[in-house]
Amino acid sequence: MKSASSSAIPLPAQITPELLAQHGITADEYQRILDALGRTPSMTELGIYSVMWSEHCSYKSSRVHLKRLPTESQRVVQGPGENAGIIDVGDGWACAFKIESHNHPSYIEPYQGAATGVGGILRDIFTMGARPLAVMDSLRFGPIVAEDSAKVDGENSTPTSLLNKNHQILEGVVSGIAGYGNCFGVPNLGGETRFEPCYSGNPLVNAFALGMVRKDEIFYGKATGVGNPVLYVGAKTGRDGIHGATMASEEFHEGSEQKRPNVQMGDPFMEKLLLEACLEAMQTGTIVGIQDMGAAGLTSSSCEMGSRGGVGIEMELDRVPQRETGMTAYEMMLSESQERMLLVADKGREQEVLRVFAKWGLDAVTVGTVIAESRLKILHHGELVADIPNASLTDEAPRYHRPIGTWKAPVPSEPSAEILKQLQAKRDLTTDLKKLLASSNICDKRWVFEQYDTMVQTNTAQGPGGEAGVMRLKGTQRGLAMALDGNSRWCYLDPKLGAAHAVAEAARKVACTGATPIAATNCLNFGNPEKPEIMAQLSSAIDGIAEACTALGTPITGGNVSLYNETKGEAIYPSPVVGIVGILEDVSKAVPADFQRTGDAVLLLHPKAPAKESASLKEFGSSEYAKYFLKALWGTPPALSLDTEAALHKCLAKLADDGLLHSARDISDGGIAVALAEGCFAHQVGIRVTVPSGLSDDPMACVLFAEHASEAIVTCAPESVEKIKNIIDDFGFLTVGPLGVTTADRIELSVNGKPIISESIANLSGPWRRGLSDALESTFHRDSSAMDQA
Amino acid sequence: MIPIEKPLINYMQMKFGVLVFPGSNCDHDTYHVISEVVGQPVVFLWHESEQLENCDAILVPGGFAYGDYLRTGAIAHFAPIMQAVKKFAASGGLVLGICNGFQILTESGLLPGALMRNAGLKYICKQIYLRTETSDSPFTNLLQPCQVLKIPIGHMEGNYFCDAPTLQQLEAQRRIAFRYSTAAGEITAEANPNGSLQNIAGILNEGRNVLGMMPHPDRSSEALLGSADGLRIFQSMVATLAGQD
Repeated sequence: MKSASSSAIPLPAQITPELLAQHGITADEYQRILDALGRTPSMTELGIYSVMWSEHCSYKSSRVHLKRLPTESQRVVQGPGENAGIIDVGDGWACAFKIESHNHPSYIEPYQGAATGVGGILRDIFTMGARPLAVMDSLRFGPIVAEDSAKVDGENSTPTSLLNKNHQILEGVVSGIAGYGNCFGVPNLGGETRFEPCYSGNPLVNAFALGMVRKDEIFYGKATGVGNPVLYVGAKTGRDGIHGATMASEEFHEGSEQKRPNVQMGDPFMEKLLLEACLEAMQTGTIVGIQDMGAAGLTSSSCEMGSRGGVGIEMELDRVPQRETGMTAYEMMLSESQERMLLVADKGREQEVLRVFAKWGLDAVTVGTVIAESRLKILHHGELVADIPNASLTDEAPRYHRPIGTWKAPVPSEPSAEILKQLQAKRDLTTDLKKLLASSNICDKRWVFEQYDTMVQTNTAQGPGGEAGVMRLKGTQRGLAMALDGNSRWCYLDPKLGAAHAVAEAARKVACTGATPIAATNCLNFGNPEKPEIMAQLSSAIDGIAEACTALGTPITGGNVSLYNETKGEAIYPSPVVGIVGILEDVSKAVPADFQRTGDAVLLLHPKAPAKESASLKEFGSSEYAKYFLKALWGTPPALSLDTEAALHKCLAKLADDGLLHSARDISDGGIAVALAEGCFAHQVGIRVTVPSGLSDDPMACVLFAEHASEAIVTCAPESVEKIKNIIDDFGFLTVGPLGVTTADRIELSVNGKPIISESIANLSGPWRRGLSDALESTFHRDSSAMDQA
Repeated sequence: MIPIEKPLINYMQMKFGVLVFPGSNCDHDTYHVISEVVGQPVVFLWHESEQLENCDAILVPGGFAYGDYLRTGAIAHFAPIMQAVKKFAASGGLVLGICNGFQILTESGLLPGALMRNAGLKYICKQIYLRTETSDSPFTNLLQPCQVLKIPIGHMEGNYFCDAPTLQQLEAQRRIAFRYSTAAGEITAEANPNGSLQNIAGILNEGRNVLGMMPHPDRSSEALLGSADGLRIFQSMVATLAGQD
C-alpha cells in the first residue's frame, strides 16, 4: 500500500461562509478546525468535521449533562461510550443492549427511515460479538383520528390532511420495522405506540435491541497493533445517506422532504449475512477490533476506532467496494450506506477472515493499515485528501454548555371552573370507559405488533401486549424481561418528574413479570438545544433519570440523544424514552399480565401513605382521561416516591419467586379502571371488584381513571392472600388491599358499595381490540382538504 | 393441549438434516427442537452442498432464503442442496417444509400449488388453531383425525392457492394435512388468517412423504413458548422412521 508522503498536504478548499453554513459549521467551530489542522481544510476534511461535529455524532449539547447519569454497578461490564452497553447476567453470559433514535429519517421516508433504524441498532449489538435476540420499538406519531387530535391548549384540531399524513407515516414506519426485523430474523418483544399532536411534524422512532455474548468473547470498536490491516466488509458504498447525521441535527422546515436522498436504504438480507459472517469470523480469533459504519459511515468508524486504541488509521479509498462510479472522497467518507463494517485483523491472518466473508458471499477488502500516529489519513487516486488528528474529531470535539433557561410550568396547576363543572356533572362512566379503551393511546396495539415476527429464535416466553417482553436464555434456567416507557405529556408538565416516571414505569413493567430490573438505556428526544427552554427540559429530564436510575438500581449503560425535533419552530414534548432490562433467575416462574382464571383473589399493591404532595385533582390533569374527554391539561404528573417504587419491585420479585402470583399488571394510562378491564380480555375472565374511593370529594372519574405510580394489580389463589399480606409487611413502604375476585363473564366495578360499572367483557374488549384497526382502516379521510393536498 | 410424554423411542437414533440457505432464520430453531426437545441427532446442511449426509429426514426451515426479494422460494429452488432433496423425496425420504420451507417445496415442484401474498397484504405473526385433516401420514400418525392444534404462524405469503383439478385431487387423495380452524375445530372464514383456499394450512405430496405447512411446529414444541402441540409432528416422524427399520 502506498503511504502518505509526509510533505504533501490535502488540497485546501475554497472556504466561504455559505459553504460553512451548508455544513452546519459555525465561525467559532471553523476556527477550531483551523487550529486543529494548522491549515485550511480540504473539502473532504470539511465534510468529515461537519459530520463528526454534528449534534448527532458529537453530543455537543448534551455531553456535559449526560455525565450526571449513573453508569456503574457490579453487573455493568461496559458502560456508555462503546457501540452498546453490556451487563453480566451470570454463568459466563453477558447481555448487550441499547436504544437509538431514527426520528428525522422516518419523517422524510418512513419505511426506509424506520427500517434502517432497526438495522443500525442491530449492528451496534453484533459488532460487540453478541447475537441479537430481541428488539423493541417506542413509536410516537401525530393523531390519526379527529377525536384524539384536539390540542390541549385550545388550538384548532389537526386538519384532515395532517391526519392522513400521520397515518401514512405510521403505516410506513411499522412496515419498515417489520420488513427489516422479520427478514433479519429477530423477534420483536414489545414497545409502545403513542399519539400526541406535537408529533405530527416530528414522529419519533426509537429502536431497542438486545443480544447475548459470552463474557470472554466480547469485541470492541478499538484499533490496535501498528501494521495490522484494516478491512472493509459488507455492502458496497453508494451515495445514499450522505450527510444523514447532519440532517438529523437540524430542524425541519418547508421542503424538508427534499432531503429524501439523505435517507439510507436498508437491505435486511445483507444484514443477516453480515451478522452470520461477523460472528463466524470472530470465532477465528483473528479480529482485533470491529465497528459498524453507522452515522457518518467510514469516517466515524475509522477515527473512533483509532482514537479508542490510541493509534491511527490510514485508508486508500480506491480499494473501497463501490456501488456507483465516479464517487469523490468526500462522498465516500460521508456515505451512510447500510450493512457495512470496518474491522482490524491480525497481520498475516487476514486470509482467515476473508475466507469466512467469501463463504457468505460478502465483499471483504483490505482498505488500510493501523498506523502509530493517532491520525485519520485518507488517500484517493494516490493523493492525500484528509489528514486529521483523531482527537479533534472525537474527544476534543466541541462541547457546549448551552444556556439553560428557567423552567416554567406551561399550564395552570388547577383545572378551570368550566372543567371542574364538567368533571362533577353526572357522567356515564361505562361509556367513558368504553371510549377510553378504544382511544388510540390505550387501545390494543395488535395491528402493529402482529406485523412483527415476535417468536423467531424460539425464546419468547411473553411477547408484545403484556407488561414486558420475556425471553428465556437457552441453556440456562434464566430469563430476561425488558420494557420501554416514556410519558412525554408528563415530561412536558414536569421534565424531571416525568423522566423519573419513565424509568419507574419501565422498571415496574419489568418487575410485574417477576424479574429484577438491573440496567437501563435511554433515548433523549428533545427540541432545539439552542433554545434555553429546551435545554432546561433536557437538563431536568437527565436529573430525573439519574435520580430514578440510582434509586432503582438500574445504571444507564448507553443510549442516544436526538435533538432538533422541531418542525417550523415548534418542538415536540420533551420525550425521554427509557428501556429497562431485568433478570429472572427461573424463567418458568415469569408472571403473565392477564387474569388467568375465575375464582382468583384480586389485590392492589400500593404505597402505605400517599407520596408526598400527592393531590389527586391536580394530578388528574395529567391523565389520559383529562386529555381525551376534557381536552385539557393542567397540574402535575402523579407524585412519585422512589423508595416506595423500589420496594414494590423487590416485593413483586419475591412474590413471583415464591410462586404466589397468577398475574401482575401495573396501573398506567387510563388508571385502575382501564388496568382492570384490560386484564380481563386475553382469557375472557371477568371481575367483581370494589375500587378504593380515594379522597371523599374526588369526582368519580378521578377515582376510576386517575393514574398513579408504584401500584400493581395482582391475582392469586384465594388461599395465597394471607401469605402475600405477610410478605408485603416486610416491605416497609407498601401495603395491600383486597379489590375483589375474578369471575366468569362480566366486568363489575363498584365504589363505596355502589355499582358504578357493569358490562359484559365482550362489550368492552371489542372497542379496545378494534380501536386502532378501526382508526386506520376507516381512513383515509377523504374530504376536500385532503384532495387539496393531492 | 396434548400432554407431553417422554420421548417415544429412546433407543432409536434418527438423523435429521436442517437445510441452511443464506437468509434462513429458523434453522437454529428447528435444530434446537430436534436436538433438545425431540432428542434426536441433527445436522445443518449448507445450501451449496449436494450431500444429505445420510440423513433419515430433511427439514426445510422458515426464514427468507436469499432474502426472498423475488418470489418467495424462487431462488432456493435452484440451490445444489435442493437437487439432492428432490432425489431424496423421490425415493420416499421424509421431507418437512415449514413456512418458507413450504414455499420452497412448492417452487421446487415437490408440492403442488403456490403461496400467494396474505389476503390482508400484511405480515401476520400470531397463535392460530389448526385442525388435523388426516392422521394417515408419516407426519401426523400420532395425531387424532380432527385434533385441533395451537401453532403460531409468521408469514407474508401464506395464502395457499391451486387450480380446481389440483384441489380436487388433494381432497380425493386426502392430502390436505391441516386446515386453519377455530379453537373448537370449525373451519370458518374468520379462522382463516391469510385467505388460503379452503383454509388449507398444510399439504402432502402424492407419496405422503413430503409435507409443507405454513404454521411453525418448531415454535410450538415447548410449553414455555405458549404451546407444545407442534411436537407431535416431529414425534410422528420419529415413530415412522422407527417403524421402517
